[in-house]
Amino acid sequence: MKNYDKLISDLVPKKFGKLGVIWTSSLLVIIIIGIVAYIDQLIKGQVVTNMRDYALWGIYISNFVFFVATSFVGSVTVAILRLTHNEWRAPIVRIAEIITLASIVMAGITIMIDMARPDRLLNLFIHARLQSPITWDVIIIPTSIAISFLLLYFPLIPDLAILKDHFKDESPFLSKWYGKLSLNWTGSKAQKAIQTKSIQIIALMIIPISLILQTVDAWLFSTTYRIGWDSTNMGAYFISGAFVAGIGALITVIYVVRRVYKLENYITEFHFDKLGKLLVLACLTYLYFNINEYLIPVFTAKKGELEHLDVLFTGHYAILFWLVIIGGLIIPSIILLFKKGRKPLPMFIIGLAVVIASWWKRYLIVTPTLLHPFMPIQGVPESWHHYFPSIHEWLITIATLAMALLIITMLVRYLPVIPIQKTADEQELLKNVKNTKS
Amino acid sequence: MKNNKTNSRRKFLNKGLKVGLITAIGGIGLTKLASKLSAQTENNSSEKVELMTTDGTIIQVDSSEVMEMDNSKKHEEYNVRKGIPNRKFVMVIDLAKCKNALKCQTACNKHHYITGDNAWLKVYKMQESQDTAPYWMPTTCMHCDHPACVTVCPVDATFKRKDGLVLIDNERCIGCRFCMAACPYSTRVFNWSEPNQGEITMNMEMEHKTSNSSVEHAGLPSIKGTVDKCDFCPHAIKENELPHCVSACPNGVFYFGDKYEDTVTNGDETLRFSKLLKDKAGYRIMEGLGTEPSVYYLPPTDRLVNFEDGLKDYNEFQSVEKPE
Repeated sequence: MKNYDKLISDLVPKKFGKLGVIWTSSLLVIIIIGIVAYIDQLIKGQVVTNMRDYALWGIYISNFVFFVATSFVGSVTVAILRLTHNEWRAPIVRIAEIITLASIVMAGITIMIDMARPDRLLNLFIHARLQSPITWDVIIIPTSIAISFLLLYFPLIPDLAILKDHFKDESPFLSKWYGKLSLNWTGSKAQKAIQTKSIQIIALMIIPISLILQTVDAWLFSTTYRIGWDSTNMGAYFISGAFVAGIGALITVIYVVRRVYKLENYITEFHFDKLGKLLVLACLTYLYFNINEYLIPVFTAKKGELEHLDVLFTGHYAILFWLVIIGGLIIPSIILLFKKGRKPLPMFIIGLAVVIASWWKRYLIVTPTLLHPFMPIQGVPESWHHYFPSIHEWLITIATLAMALLIITMLVRYLPVIPIQKTADEQELLKNVKNTKS
Repeated sequence: MKNNKTNSRRKFLNKGLKVGLITAIGGIGLTKLASKLSAQTENNSSEKVELMTTDGTIIQVDSSEVMEMDNSKKHEEYNVRKGIPNRKFVMVIDLAKCKNALKCQTACNKHHYITGDNAWLKVYKMQESQDTAPYWMPTTCMHCDHPACVTVCPVDATFKRKDGLVLIDNERCIGCRFCMAACPYSTRVFNWSEPNQGEITMNMEMEHKTSNSSVEHAGLPSIKGTVDKCDFCPHAIKENELPHCVSACPNGVFYFGDKYEDTVTNGDETLRFSKLLKDKAGYRIMEGLGTEPSVYYLPPTDRLVNFEDGLKDYNEFQSVEKPE
């Protein structure tokens, strides 16, 4: 019983320290600045961006693709590890679910920022045409949001009941809300049966749904004629890229949460080791698809393809391209192959590098292709031949990233980041196993 | 006396019957006359109309007998999303004649009140490879029969009409720019800011609202945050006029016409469309993509003009002249 109390006091959400307050308020400031920039964009039109008729999509779209990719982590850790009976996943799944929900919500918001006429949003439903990949997105993104929410919520219910009791004296207000959200959970056998079944169904559903989500995202590009997008490789390429971005984000967030909440006893080096192996797998898979995407076209060397690849390999985007490939894929893979590389701190640095590289990777997928259309670029101002995001675009994009971090922060603040009930059950289980053995 | 009585009764019956008959006949006659009279005042003539029967003989019919059928009116009704019935508009651009005079572009910019930085009609300076001859290549929207832009539009804002035109309903467009990404010809332009078409906008809006044919200005006036492009000038086509680029070209580069009629004209000469393509080896840009454009090109052979003559008007970084 004493152990159980310690477990609860270790794992219940705690108030922010000084650092937490500073962190949250700076996120809020960044978001407010972004909202101001967005309002300005609404008033003046998208002329405030540096997108023009040739670079017709910019970081709004690449940022959207990044969010979609990151949301894949819930599917990987929760569903796939669950189905493959990887029991070590227990302390990390909640954080993965939180990241998934935050990313997919932000993906939905980001794609609307790119829409030049958000006032006509309802046209997407009133005049929807099923043959357009954007309509597929309109269908799959809300579905993913709903499923991701349930994937977070269902396993949370017993914990909410625990929190309700825990905060009874400390904070009646919080306790009331936890109680409402726990849906009268008592832990009875019947309730547990329903809960287990529901989680099982959602975990099964999220795999096809997130695979469809990633693929639809890839099809936004590969359903066009554009060089660099017109590739049958795209669906699998995006899924493997999402694998990388998602695990990278998960490792980074886990490291921070572990330090701030002092959860070293729960999220151990063993977990980092396992996650590191998962990330190597992801990176190598992604590397494989990158070779398909960038090296094979060199072989036939079609004129348009070659021009496009030259820009990436040796041209205007070369530095960024090689930083992303080497710094964000090859070096992390090599470091993670060694046991020492899979310790928490190096993992955190690698995770961060991988996430940043993943973000820029999307930029490299979207931008260079648009600047190499089939017809030559003529009759437009010189500045239209290039693209680099404007101040407005940066402010708004950084604000969306801050908003994702804020959602994660708030959920981490008010929810137990490690499933309490499940951990308790498992420790109980371990004891029983030991008892029977001895 | 008895005999007399019966006689007089017979006479009475006889007379009565006759009078009755006459009045009846007269009545019928009068009503017939009256109806004829009224019919004549309605039609106001007894003109004969010549008609051809299904076996090819000409017959004459009184015009009053010719009636309008209900569906004939429906047939002529103009639907902006369907287009002009039984037409298929095509364009032929003769590269041999083009010397980059840019009158087409100026006319297009003027009549469509283009205020952005990217014209709907471009004249590209082209050279396939180092050893091949350079040439000037005017491009409009290709009005493809398999338009990639229409396929990807999520809200049916851009649509394909039966008469061949691909148009944009800019009051429905959500500004996602997917159509621009899909178009391999880079023909679409975006209103990144308020188009500021000045007074013209007001006039156009008036026209837009008052006349039923507002659809003619399908894409006009331009709206911030929506896509624009060459529209093949449906407002001119409907008045049986040529698109502005065709009539503005001093060199007769552009031919416009109807594929079903198999004729195209540049204003000076009218030619058989199929024969023109056959004789001069017409082709379409990027045929391999399967977009089936409605714009055909004639190769720049036997040129009467020097390529270099066009260089003086060539401006790599401008296609819309700005008022100073």
